[in-house]
Amino acid sequence: MPLIELEGVAKDFVVHRSAGLLRRDRITVQAVRDLTFSVERGTILGYIGPNGAGKSTTVKMLTGILVPTAGRVSVGGLVPWDERIALARRIGVMFGQRVQLWWDLPLVDSLELLRHMYRVPADRYRHTLASLREALELDPFIRTPVRQLSLGQRIRGELAAAMLHDPEILFLDEPTIGLDVVAKQRVREFLIRANRERGVTVMLTTHDLADIERLCSRILIIDHGRLIYDGDVNALKERYGTERVLVVDLEEPQGPLEVEGGRVIKVEGPRQWIAFERARTNAAQLAAAVATRANLRDLTVEEPEIDDVVRRIYLETRP
Amino acid sequence: MGLDTLRLDWELARRGYARYAAYPAATIAGVFVNTVFGFMRAFILLALFEQRDHIAGYDASATVTYVWLGQALIMTIYIFGWQDLALRIRSGDIAGDLIRPVHPLRASLAFDLGRALYHAIYRGLPPLLVGALVFRLVLPADPLEWLAFVISVGLAIVVSYGFRAIYNIVAFWTTDHRGAMFLGAVAVNLFSGFIVPVAFFPDWLAALAHATPFPSMVQLPIDIFIGRATGGEVLGTLAVQLVWAVVLLVIAERLFAFGVRRLVVQGG
Amino acid sequence: MAELRESLSLYRLLIAARVRAQLQYRTSFAIETVAAFLVSFLDFVAILVIFSNVPQLGTWSVAQVALLYALATLSFAFTDLVIGHLDGFPALIRDGNFDLMLVRPKGTLFQVITGDFQLRRLGRVAQALLVLGYALNTLAIDWTPDRALVLALTVPSGVLIYGSVWVAVICIAFWTVEGREAANAFTYGGAFLAQYPMNIFDRWLRRFLGYFVPMAFIAYFPALHVLGKTDPLGLPAVLQVASPVVALAAAVVASTVWRFAVRHYQSAGG
Repeated sequence: MPLIELEGVAKDFVVHRSAGLLRRDRITVQAVRDLTFSVERGTILGYIGPNGAGKSTTVKMLTGILVPTAGRVSVGGLVPWDERIALARRIGVMFGQRVQLWWDLPLVDSLELLRHMYRVPADRYRHTLASLREALELDPFIRTPVRQLSLGQRIRGELAAAMLHDPEILFLDEPTIGLDVVAKQRVREFLIRANRERGVTVMLTTHDLADIERLCSRILIIDHGRLIYDGDVNALKERYGTERVLVVDLEEPQGPLEVEGGRVIKVEGPRQWIAFERARTNAAQLAAAVATRANLRDLTVEEPEIDDVVRRIYLETRP
Repeated sequence: MGLDTLRLDWELARRGYARYAAYPAATIAGVFVNTVFGFMRAFILLALFEQRDHIAGYDASATVTYVWLGQALIMTIYIFGWQDLALRIRSGDIAGDLIRPVHPLRASLAFDLGRALYHAIYRGLPPLLVGALVFRLVLPADPLEWLAFVISVGLAIVVSYGFRAIYNIVAFWTTDHRGAMFLGAVAVNLFSGFIVPVAFFPDWLAALAHATPFPSMVQLPIDIFIGRATGGEVLGTLAVQLVWAVVLLVIAERLFAFGVRRLVVQGG
Repeated sequence: MAELRESLSLYRLLIAARVRAQLQYRTSFAIETVAAFLVSFLDFVAILVIFSNVPQLGTWSVAQVALLYALATLSFAFTDLVIGHLDGFPALIRDGNFDLMLVRPKGTLFQVITGDFQLRRLGRVAQALLVLGYALNTLAIDWTPDRALVLALTVPSGVLIYGSVWVAVICIAFWTVEGREAANAFTYGGAFLAQYPMNIFDRWLRRFLGYFVPMAFIAYFPALHVLGKTDPLGLPAVLQVASPVVALAAAVVASTVWRFAVRHYQSAGG
């Protein structure tokens, strides 16, 4: 039986928009429509889509924060909003931009309090904490009040808090947002280890394509509240993520360059954007071609943005 | 001081007004609370007049008028405390203010005057009108008394600003500016005549209060309104307020200069 | 029962951790405690000044009003100590942090109440105890077992009443964030009203803040019983011993309102 199941799930919000001092208009917004999918145990699932697509709403329905307007949800055999407390013991949740730890307390105190809240037996707590301290390198700052931690340290602390009671499922909302490259890598490695060694199922929302490439065995893409892609990362990249953009800075502004295998999509003074298909050519060949036609000062390669990928899928799947 | 500086003061005052005008719902809620408290305070003090017709020269109407004027002044002079300047000092934003062509205290005073005008109109007048509808209030008969009252409230705002600035400036030296704010608010509440008229105090406490700037923030404008100060006394009252306004602003300016020197020497 | 014991021991740990953290900043703590003491003292100074002009206030003597004041302030001070941080609840809702409470294995109300604990609020408790000492010392109370029992139950009942009012009114925040300041009329306004004899207030104010929002049961009615004083309002004597029952009823109403509000939050979402 799948660990997570959704069937025909919809969520409407009623928003009040102020129209004048005391008058308000009621507007119904459909955040999620007819969502059906299931997730097997042991998956690392990337749940992606542009802002406002319905990602957070879905995660909130799976964790018991919101009740859907229609449809059926089952997480670990439980109905999240009806069996909220039983579910809470079996899941770990981390919202990258929210502080779950007690702001004014040292990290170690927060973890100790959570142990009691989640009724983790003392010996198992000691064991889990020891492995989390090692994996997340918590020791240098474990006695520091949370408000004094850097973002990267705090995220590691939050991950430890989410893992303390050995959850079966980890829900992560933008876990790497705002982190530097090293910190991002550390978080990803930790998640991979937790998945391999403890069999934790992970569902994460992210804007970071690298998160998806390095972590996810399966991805779901949602846009305007509908599921528009369900499959693995490679298939997605092969189909939609094959276009790269080479950005070149020239010594002097000039008209759009004509180079084999690329087409100029934008010109801004001495800077030009050249799109190319990875299957047909590569950045080095393209750069060499540019160098024969103009004096090159600098160049960078832009990875496709997740929003671009989504837009392309959306255009293709639209009826 | 050129016209440019006055023009800048005016712009700052307009911003101060606009900033608070942006939250009408908060204003309505605040008026509601100030009005409910106004009723409670009026009934408490009216109970004194079941036994006596006059207390320290106040009759029942004058006392009720005193209560509603006090409620109207709560936000106008920030009786319960203010920490905007302390927060700017703590956050280090004050360093940015220092490089502007106008003195930070002057800019902050201009902003506060605009803010106070908004609060006088929208947080002050509504409870006063409710009070006037339900109770019989004493109103000045002479237009000159109204004028004197308006000037007196203006001076009260400046005096209160001077005092608020002083307890905010301590943020240069200590992280505990909140404690200083609470202590400052306690002094204002007690000695300004906000919680009970200064005339009701035992003589020694009244004498003590009158030796401080606090009555200039609440009691003196009310005295003018309810006619306790008349004729030449009105001018004397305004003069007292003016002196305190100048004294407190000068102290605030000196303290601020010390604070800035400390900031420059030791770093933020 | 085991559930309750577990919650209480978790709360004890939370308080201990907080107190440890707050005592790290001793000067801050000392100054803010003294400030809380003085702010609270202001209300009593007003009462003293009033009585320096008249011997009685609505048939109540200064020591009798001091008893009212002390009982009301003590109840308020303990409530403030435990849930004073609920003033920040609208911000918690606005920033979406209430979500975090729904993904933890504990009741939401428990988590909100245990969300903070500011030791400096003890300043107010100390001030109320001082006035209580003065009142009991000055009043020649003819102690009987029932009077002692009523007095002993007054403050716990008062805490429950204030706490219930506080929780019920902050539920407004689930619908609108601006409601918070208006709610002060009930919480802080009610606390102010309860410090004075109910009979000096106008009828509609008494009915609304005294009986509907049951502030009269915080100090006025029990004090009448303890003092053996005739009710100037001439209301039934049974009201004078009804505070614990009213408090339990208030708690039931508040928790019902809370549950309704949380269900609204879950179906509306933020």
